[in-house]
Amino acid sequence: MINRYQVQRLGFILLGVISLIVVLPILFVVGNIVVQGIGAINWEFLTAMPHGGMKEGGIFPAIVGTLLLVLGTAVVAIPVGIGGAIYLAEYARDTFWTRTLRLAIINLAGVPSVVYGLFGLGLFVLFLQFGTSVLAGSLTLAIMTLPVIISTAEEALRAVPGEFRLVSASLGGTRWQGIRHIVLPQALPGIITGIILGLLRAAGETAPILFTAAAFYLPRIPRSLLEPTMALPYHLYVISTQVPGMPPRVQYGTALVLLTIVLSMNAVAAIIRSYFRRRREW
Amino acid sequence: MGKPEFLSRPSHPRWGEFVIESTIRVLAFSSIGFVILIFFFLVREGIPIFWEISPENLFGTRWYPTFGLFGTLPLILGSLLVTVTAILIALPLGVATAVFVREVAPNWAREILKPMIEILAGIPSVVLGFFGMTVVAPLVREVLGAPTGLTAFTGALILAYMALPTIISVAEDALDAVPKSYRDAGLAMGATQWQTIWRVVVPAARSGIVTAVMLGLGRAIGETMAVMMVTGNAARMPLTLDSLFRPVRTMTATIAAEMGEVAQGSVHYHALFGIGIILFVITFIINAMAAVTIFKKPRRGGLR
Amino acid sequence: MEPKIRFQNVSYFYGDRPALRDVTLDIPPNAITVVFGPAGGGKTTLLRLINRLNDEVEGTRMTGRVLLDGQDVYAPGVDVPRLRRRVGMVFALPLPLPGTVRENVLYGPKLAGIRDRARLEEILERSLRLAALWDEVKDRLDDPASRLSGGQQQRLCIARSLALEPEVLLLDEPTSGLDPISTGKVEEALQQLKHQYTIVIVPHSVQQAARVADYAAFFLMGELVECQPGRDLFTTPRDRRTEDYITGRFG
Repeated sequence: MINRYQVQRLGFILLGVISLIVVLPILFVVGNIVVQGIGAINWEFLTAMPHGGMKEGGIFPAIVGTLLLVLGTAVVAIPVGIGGAIYLAEYARDTFWTRTLRLAIINLAGVPSVVYGLFGLGLFVLFLQFGTSVLAGSLTLAIMTLPVIISTAEEALRAVPGEFRLVSASLGGTRWQGIRHIVLPQALPGIITGIILGLLRAAGETAPILFTAAAFYLPRIPRSLLEPTMALPYHLYVISTQVPGMPPRVQYGTALVLLTIVLSMNAVAAIIRSYFRRRREW
Repeated sequence: MGKPEFLSRPSHPRWGEFVIESTIRVLAFSSIGFVILIFFFLVREGIPIFWEISPENLFGTRWYPTFGLFGTLPLILGSLLVTVTAILIALPLGVATAVFVREVAPNWAREILKPMIEILAGIPSVVLGFFGMTVVAPLVREVLGAPTGLTAFTGALILAYMALPTIISVAEDALDAVPKSYRDAGLAMGATQWQTIWRVVVPAARSGIVTAVMLGLGRAIGETMAVMMVTGNAARMPLTLDSLFRPVRTMTATIAAEMGEVAQGSVHYHALFGIGIILFVITFIINAMAAVTIFKKPRRGGLR
Repeated sequence: MEPKIRFQNVSYFYGDRPALRDVTLDIPPNAITVVFGPAGGGKTTLLRLINRLNDEVEGTRMTGRVLLDGQDVYAPGVDVPRLRRRVGMVFALPLPLPGTVRENVLYGPKLAGIRDRARLEEILERSLRLAALWDEVKDRLDDPASRLSGGQQQRLCIARSLALEPEVLLLDEPTSGLDPISTGKVEEALQQLKHQYTIVIVPHSVQQAARVADYAAFFLMGELVECQPGRDLFTTPRDRRTEDYITGRFG
């Protein structure tokens, strides 16, 4: 018979092994794509138009398209998201409407990405007649991104000690002045982190832009917001499932570029968070 | 004595602030508008399917749009099979990892694990799908000796990993919320840390863990790209025991794969929006249930 | 003498829990009035009713009137930020705002719309001198306020309130987090200030109450037990409960 401390020891080891089972595949995915994709990366791949049935040339329009979509998402989602977060953290009392609002945001966070695609198709592409376009795609992605920004920004605002608000009020500050001069500056790093996390999700999503923005093959930069565009995640989907005989080098190269963009945004968010957490005075 | 005007309203009202605060309010409540808009447009484009075809057809077992057969049952069951299997894989892994990170792991291990899980949360679904196609599926085929590696199981495996960051972080919060006194009480009664974790701490955190599972479930059932790329997309009824190791087709994959090819306003088009309604309703219910536990969490901040 | 602040039959409730019961109290100008008693007696609530800092707390109810210079503070049409500029407040713990010493002191004046730099510099020096802090920080005006010692931070908070040139200064256990030397400095500063200001202070001990009080009001469970000039109250209390408390026989 083994005693209960040996049981504990074995148990802890088992938990460690399970954690490894969780983590190792992540390393393997990232490592695999880096190793197989790095050979494809060169100046031409990043800056040239695709040609030869997308098997040759570069992925420049897909990169630009993704950046455009992210930019469009940011323009809409940042003000709406921060507004929502300020309202929930600083103004909202526990009323029926506030509860409804919270439920709505939780629900927005849970709507499947492909359903966002359907919604964007129904409202922006068809009803508002934006067509399959950067505009329709950005708006769809923005609404999808909203709950991420709202909830992280709200958390950042709530982390600012309530005493600061009290002090500001006691010095004759209105509520908005307290928010504007004390709370927002203190919460800014957290809010920026939330924005980046939301935008990186927008950068990596495929389903919402499938029917709202993405072009299968369009070897140029969109000339207006009302034109469709190529985008990295959709391009990766296309060249790995829709085009037979695609060289793996190009597939992995595309995956690597997408992964690099998304993970470096992730890293920036993590750096901002840890840097300001160490620096803040409370 | 005293200055009589001292308490009265300022000579210039604070219009700027009024405008800003109203704007904030409008921006906040636009979220409710978006949910309504989403539901409205899904219904507007999808509701005709419920009278265009018979209910027997709609909830039949065969999805062959070219032949006017729009049986959604295999798609719903396909989604269920993949999702439930994914959660069955992810739940033990996720809870064990959360317990390890929160209760057991030395600091250095935590410092490695947490960022790794954040990376996993950041990997786009299409990249995981690509990896699943090129690496996991061939592996599954070889191990099973099956004709194809694009199976429900492959999808569930990928989905499980996609649900893990959600499950781990919510479960961690739940463990974190268990008061230290519970642990002390367990240890004081002579239990080992191991016994305390499984008999005191985890049971005390179970409502949070249920939330974690709900949110993971919501995430998994709505996942599209990765699932579409690795499950083989055969719209068959997954009723036999070996269905898990055969191709299957989910609701999300059906919409994503077919919407590009249908004519606007056709029966097929309405059917795809109809599936969207079903998905929206399912995730709404799951998330509302998870929200019930979230609402109970105490909040801080604001003027007190 | 006309009272500076006057409570008329004030009762206050958090939900169903009463915090103040029918309090009637006059606070004279240019003196230190001490509000003391055991914890949970409604002292902090009393202070916060004067500058309406409890306005944002949900689920509260108030009856009676609070008058400042004879004017009802809770009358409709009262401009609350303006009221708070006239009634400064210092909290139990030193709560410097994020930012420098200078930013802390000038936060209020800037919000009040003062832009003139010379004027602001003048306010800065005057306020810090009044709070007996100028000599210690005059070379560190642009250092983060969080780098000052606890005692300096608390005097900074006093200076920050004084920067608005208030008429009333409310202090809620301002020395509870400080060592005896810092406490002495704060008390000294208050003795200087009382000639120009009406000071209401919740002390952190009976000893402090006795040291600084010109007038003293003893509160027990939301009820005003008695109010007298400090000298009289601490030597010859009228009420048995007050006597028990100040002689340490309470409870």
